[in-house]
Amino acid sequence: MDDSVAYLILAAVVFSIGAVGLMVRRNPLVMFMCVELMLNAVNLTFVSFGDDLGDLGGQLSVFFVLVVAAAEVVVGLAIIVAIMRRRPRATADDLSALRG
Amino acid sequence: MLDLLAQLPQATFDRPPIDWHALAPELVLLGFGVLVTLVDIVFLERGRAMVSALAGVGLLATVVPLLTLWNEVDTASPRVLFDGAYVVDRYSLVMKIVFVLVGYVVILLSTNYIAEGDYWESEYYGLLLSSIMGMVVMASARDLISIFVALELLSIPAYLLAAWRKRDPRGNEAGIKYYLMGVFASAVMLYGMSLLYGVTGSTLLTDIAVAVADAPQFDAAIALGIVFVVVGFAFKISAVPFHHWAPDTYEGAPTPVAGFLAVASKAAGFVALMNLVFVAFPDRHDVYQPLIWVMAVLSMTVGNLLALRQTNMVRLLAYSGVAQTGFMLAPLTVAGDPGVSDLALSTTVNYLAIYAAMNLGAFAVVIALARKTGSAEIDDLKGAFQYAPGLTVAMTVFLFSLAGIPPIGGWFAKFNVFRSLAGAETTWAYILAVIVAVNSVIALYYYASVARKMWADEAPDGNLAPVHVPPSLVAALAITVAVTLVFGFFPGTVGDFTDVSLLASP
Repeated sequence: MDDSVAYLILAAVVFSIGAVGLMVRRNPLVMFMCVELMLNAVNLTFVSFGDDLGDLGGQLSVFFVLVVAAAEVVVGLAIIVAIMRRRPRATADDLSALRG
Repeated sequence: MLDLLAQLPQATFDRPPIDWHALAPELVLLGFGVLVTLVDIVFLERGRAMVSALAGVGLLATVVPLLTLWNEVDTASPRVLFDGAYVVDRYSLVMKIVFVLVGYVVILLSTNYIAEGDYWESEYYGLLLSSIMGMVVMASARDLISIFVALELLSIPAYLLAAWRKRDPRGNEAGIKYYLMGVFASAVMLYGMSLLYGVTGSTLLTDIAVAVADAPQFDAAIALGIVFVVVGFAFKISAVPFHHWAPDTYEGAPTPVAGFLAVASKAAGFVALMNLVFVAFPDRHDVYQPLIWVMAVLSMTVGNLLALRQTNMVRLLAYSGVAQTGFMLAPLTVAGDPGVSDLALSTTVNYLAIYAAMNLGAFAVVIALARKTGSAEIDDLKGAFQYAPGLTVAMTVFLFSLAGIPPIGGWFAKFNVFRSLAGAETTWAYILAVIVAVNSVIALYYYASVARKMWADEAPDGNLAPVHVPPSLVAALAITVAVTLVFGFFPGTVGDFTDVSLLASP
């Protein structure tokens, strides 16, 4: 139980770093990496709870999260590449043609 | 971990029995999605003319198994698959029919828009079908993992559709904003799901319902899990304060995609929310009701006040959509009250169906008029009655329906919201009902001012050449006008089709 609490705290810290990073960083690629941090914190939580409960469901969930995250990466990088091709070194603040 | 793996060889694997009829709609949709993609790969440019028709036929073909299932799944016997992770009942069938028909209307809206723009067409329809597939799966998902997979199946193609105008910086911006907000929301929702799993030991919604009801010692973790999951879906339904992506994404995306996101994607978010609220946390209304109450009040007030200032019709529809989200959330604030939970469920489902028709119709008129004016600015709609009287009448029907004026569809939807709030007989519900009433008046102002400009003002450039409306757009307008009016004049049409107790039973 003590081990898993340590892992859960670690996961919560990683999740918070990702969430804060997404809000304060302006580079789309870095924002995107922060989301990956959050997803991996979720995976760590699932695994440690699964181990704690003696239930395979937690480990199983991680596979789904990993596969879906990989699909998200493909789409996200495609959109980011489309932006960077047109405007190298774009930050999230430059993307402000739409506002109102 | 090793102990767990050691148990594996002893466990024998039995193939679970599969109810093919219950899965037929999903399989038909999947088949046509694959077919559209294959036609694209094999025929390349020569396939352009075929794909949109093929996708439309696919969606209409999906309706057939949905209707045969409707006859078999009566209110007392839902079809349960995969140990309760996937349930086909009347509630899910109603939502599936809504999703498939919305998809069909979106294809009607897209056909000319996409063919005349500088786009690659075939992938567009393949992505649209897979997004609709995700929504259809969502309606039946009764397990955290299947809800998550359905959510991503509907979101990931939608990110690409939003960024479809890849040579236009506004299209890029629409895509990246929607994408970053969407994945952030999924991550928050997943963290909530992992907490719920850890506390309850199961990902099945019915098991979670039992565990959260009698596990007070984990109160903080349960509350945090519920809040995170609800907040994750609040992004999807663009509820305030998680609505910032909506206006920008709608404006930058192709207009038919904006309509799709505003209607189908929002409805899917609501379906997931209803699955969770009614199946997973029915005894935890102390946690979710105040949260949804605050989001409902903020959504209608902020959405309406920002809509008043808009000069672009698509952005106005985006903010009016935020306000409508607030109206649709209102019945869920009394969902835990046993006396009105049935009414709350059917009110939200009714509202979603009516909202789908009237909002898609409004987008259809914007698309049709933009063929002449080339823009979606409200001032360019001035004097539309002089050269496009039919479109103006249709737009007036949709706007007055959105405002909730009897006897058009939106009136019935709003009336039911009041009925469920009044039925709950709590102070908070009465306060919310008053706020709904005040906001309905504010909303009437900006809807009516658009209608007034279209009827009374002069066309800005004096150009009175009639608008050429292609047959597919006429069909889309006919369907949406008919549905909007039918719901208003015959409100019983989608009346009582299920109740919550059946929804909750596995």
